[in-house]
Amino acid sequence: MVPINYYIVLSAILFTIGALGVLIRRNALIIFMSVELMLNAANLAMVAFSSVIKSFSGQIFVFFVIAVAAAEVAVGLALIVEIFKSKRSIDVDQISSLKG
Amino acid sequence: MNLNLIFFLILSVIAITTAIGMLLSRNAIYSALFLVLNFVTVAVFYLLLGAPFIAMAQITVYAGAIMVLFLFVIMLLGAESISAELKRRDLILPGILALLLAGEATFILLSRAGLTGEVAAPSAAANEPAALVELGKVLFRDYLLPFEVTSILLLVAMVGAIVLTRREKRVHG
Repeated sequence: MVPINYYIVLSAILFTIGALGVLIRRNALIIFMSVELMLNAANLAMVAFSSVIKSFSGQIFVFFVIAVAAAEVAVGLALIVEIFKSKRSIDVDQISSLKG
Repeated sequence: MNLNLIFFLILSVIAITTAIGMLLSRNAIYSALFLVLNFVTVAVFYLLLGAPFIAMAQITVYAGAIMVLFLFVIMLLGAESISAELKRRDLILPGILALLLAGEATFILLSRAGLTGEVAAPSAAANEPAALVELGKVLFRDYLLPFEVTSILLLVAMVGAIVLTRREKRVHG
């Protein structure tokens, strides 16, 4: 038996590492990967809850999150490829055309 | 100390180490491979939690499809050679903020949610086909509309990705 609290703490730690990745990295691809890590941390918490209350709903939500993440990655990577084509860089500090 | 707890602790160490490895790798390819390992570890967590279907979906969709797409784009752009220098000065403020976030999230989740449950060892019943039948019933009866909307979303994403990466010449031609 593993207390549910352990899963929650692990999920919070993984989420924080993902948020830290968004803050400190400049490479757009790595920022994107950090977002995926945060989604995963949330998924882990949902499956843990669904396992404790013995309901399938949490697992269904995670299934939907995985599907939405797949859609998000397809569009996001297409955008990154386009930005790289026009700017020759995926450093987020260089993408400042909209800066006033 | 039971077997489940030992598994959990070892897997936690792997998950956190691979996440930090992803964060700190200078080469984007290494970051992606660390993230694959992290996703597989999370899939094993799902098995421990008695959710074999989600575990398999995690491996096929995340570790398979999504990360292959990431690796493909990294190699296509040659982004692994793009230097992403990490200055120590840049780490301090985000580090403090992240520690605060982790502390607060943990505190709020533990104190407010009233979580007293324990995750039982994955029973053999969770791996029976009957459990999957139940999951399918919930998915296709209670959540049928979200399921269909998701299919539209995937279609839109596919069309969007094709339109975005299409060559300019064909727009005018």
